[in-house]
Amino acid sequence: MSAEPTVGRKIGDVILDVANVSLSFGGVRALNGVSFDVNEGEVRAIIGPNGAGKSSMLNCINGFYKPTEGMITFKGESHHQMETYESASQGIARTFQNIALFKGMTTLDNIMTGRNLQMKKNFLWQALYFGPALKEELENREVVEKVIDFLEIESIRKTVVGRLPYGLQKRVELARALAAEPDMLLLDEPMAGMNHEEKEDMCRYILDVNDEFGTTIVLIEHDMSVVMDISDRVVVLDYGEKIADGTPDEVRANQRVVDAYLGVQHD
Amino acid sequence: MFYREAGQFKSTYQTDQAIFPIVQDRWFMALVFIVAFVVIPLVADEYWHQAIIIPFLILALAAIGLNILTGYAGLVSLGTGAFMAVGAYSTYKMSTAFPDLNIIIIFLLSGVFAAMVGMVFGAPSLRIKGFYLAVATLAAQFFILWVFNKVEWFFNYSPSGTITAPPRELFGVLVTGPEASPVARYYVCLVFLVVFAFAAKNMARGRLGRSWMAIRDMDIAAEIIGIRPLQTKLSAFGISSFYCGVAGALYIFCWLGSAETEAFDILNVSFPVLFMVIIGGLGSVLGAILGAAFITLMPIFLTNAPPMIGIHLAADLQKHIEEIILGLMIITFLIVEPAGFNRLWQIAKEKIRKWPFPY
Ligand SMILES: Nc1ncnc2c1ncn2[C@@H]1O[C@H](COP(=O)(O)OP(=O)(O)O)[C@@H](O)[C@H]1O
Ligand SMILES: [Mg+2]
Repeated sequence: MSAEPTVGRKIGDVILDVANVSLSFGGVRALNGVSFDVNEGEVRAIIGPNGAGKSSMLNCINGFYKPTEGMITFKGESHHQMETYESASQGIARTFQNIALFKGMTTLDNIMTGRNLQMKKNFLWQALYFGPALKEELENREVVEKVIDFLEIESIRKTVVGRLPYGLQKRVELARALAAEPDMLLLDEPMAGMNHEEKEDMCRYILDVNDEFGTTIVLIEHDMSVVMDISDRVVVLDYGEKIADGTPDEVRANQRVVDAYLGVQHD
Repeated sequence: MFYREAGQFKSTYQTDQAIFPIVQDRWFMALVFIVAFVVIPLVADEYWHQAIIIPFLILALAAIGLNILTGYAGLVSLGTGAFMAVGAYSTYKMSTAFPDLNIIIIFLLSGVFAAMVGMVFGAPSLRIKGFYLAVATLAAQFFILWVFNKVEWFFNYSPSGTITAPPRELFGVLVTGPEASPVARYYVCLVFLVVFAFAAKNMARGRLGRSWMAIRDMDIAAEIIGIRPLQTKLSAFGISSFYCGVAGALYIFCWLGSAETEAFDILNVSFPVLFMVIIGGLGSVLGAILGAAFITLMPIFLTNAPPMIGIHLAADLQKHIEEIILGLMIITFLIVEPAGFNRLWQIAKEKIRKWPFPY
């Protein structure tokens, strides 16, 4: 991770602007005119009950779903007609609610795929595995090793990820996203299904990434104490609509939120 | 306790990334090379070359090609025979049209033609997967062979409809045609297999291989990382078909000598090569080679082993036994151990490493 560590946290201008986004699947309206923005260097949470449209929102942001209406602007560029594979080159990385690792590959290879866009040598060089191709491979390996150190997964480097326990898989997925050195990181329930200790570790990693590299973070999380602890601002979705937006304290005090979400028991 | 990484501490990522990081593996490879390049040509007679070793080398090359597509990129193909035929017919056309062009260059160019054809027929793979893709490649198989059969230009209007390898030399030695010695043809095939096996291994452990496996394992996540599905799948089709094309050229020019399209029939080539990949291990270069060795050796073994212990099988019974064994092995490997022989080899190495302790 070559980005210069910033001293202290610095919140910049708007990096992501979501304006009036709607998304429908046939009759189901997953998102309905949602607008919010994310500032550079911020930790922004999206919360809401199951089926509220949170994951769909992330999928719109990285171009996997195309909004039926509305506009998404990232770093000043509207990406209305974006192909899914373009989001990575714009500096967006993400993890998934249901882990989406490459099961048959080792931890190291999984994380190395995060460097794919930085690797340019053509297949003939790769077939030789020599000269520029080897140099490129080693340079990127070095970046990956820093991520591996950072997330403390050295011991599982050569393990096939399908055989890892759930908590570690989540960590490898984060590593793969970080290896791309993204400007913005989308995390879909990074702590779901973890025990208390694993959650604490994950929180620390997320805050460290944000702190040291200034990476903007948009995260979906169900554990309210976690959300309140680590996020700067929170968007609340319910049935595809935004019902609140503000600092954790403001959101907690909002009556609609209390009715729709906080009052309901989630596991 | 003798075979292990301990004490062989890797101080740099470069040594960790080496193709054979363990010293014993390097010794083993050196031994294999000595046997392949020195011992076999000295001891093998014409029967061994023609019946076992040369077809093994050529089919291993094709199996590596198919494994790139099916094992690494997860795209099932039944068109192997057709892509091999493209290589064979390209070589035939070029070597008869340009008799002075170096035969190795012709082999490689034929691979390039096969790669282009492979990419054309691989294009639907962006939309269709699994069983449907297999059917689409099956259609390609029938269509391509039909074209080679129907369009007489491809076999230079020969009345018999066959293509025959003309005699061509390399460094003053005949390597193709009926007069070429088995040893010369053996060396050509061996060098092709060695060079392209290493090239495949290198691609597989670099960016390209990771892209293929990423698309295979979870295409949506791969795309979100920035891996372009179409480009990646086409590169797998192209490179895989290149291997098959070169193998097809060798198949006619260094082995059969002359053939019709039937030699590339789905039952003669496409299925056996697919079985090699499944039995040897999906997604492994070594596996493809082991699978090819197994399938070329098994019939020979069944012919020779039973008489040694006093059992004499009728020829057709032996053929049936062969098919039954093959079928059982494929089912077993598909269900129990999709990583094939290669995985068994890894497990064996693991055991040797820990020996004499159980853990
Ligand atoms: N690919 C899809 N096809 C059809 N419906 C979908 C799809 N993705 C999400 N939905 C629907 O959109 C709504 C929001 O889902 P989602 O964004 O996953 O919610 P959340 O992440 O907040 O739990 C749900 O009603 C869900 O069934
Ligand atoms: Mg969700």
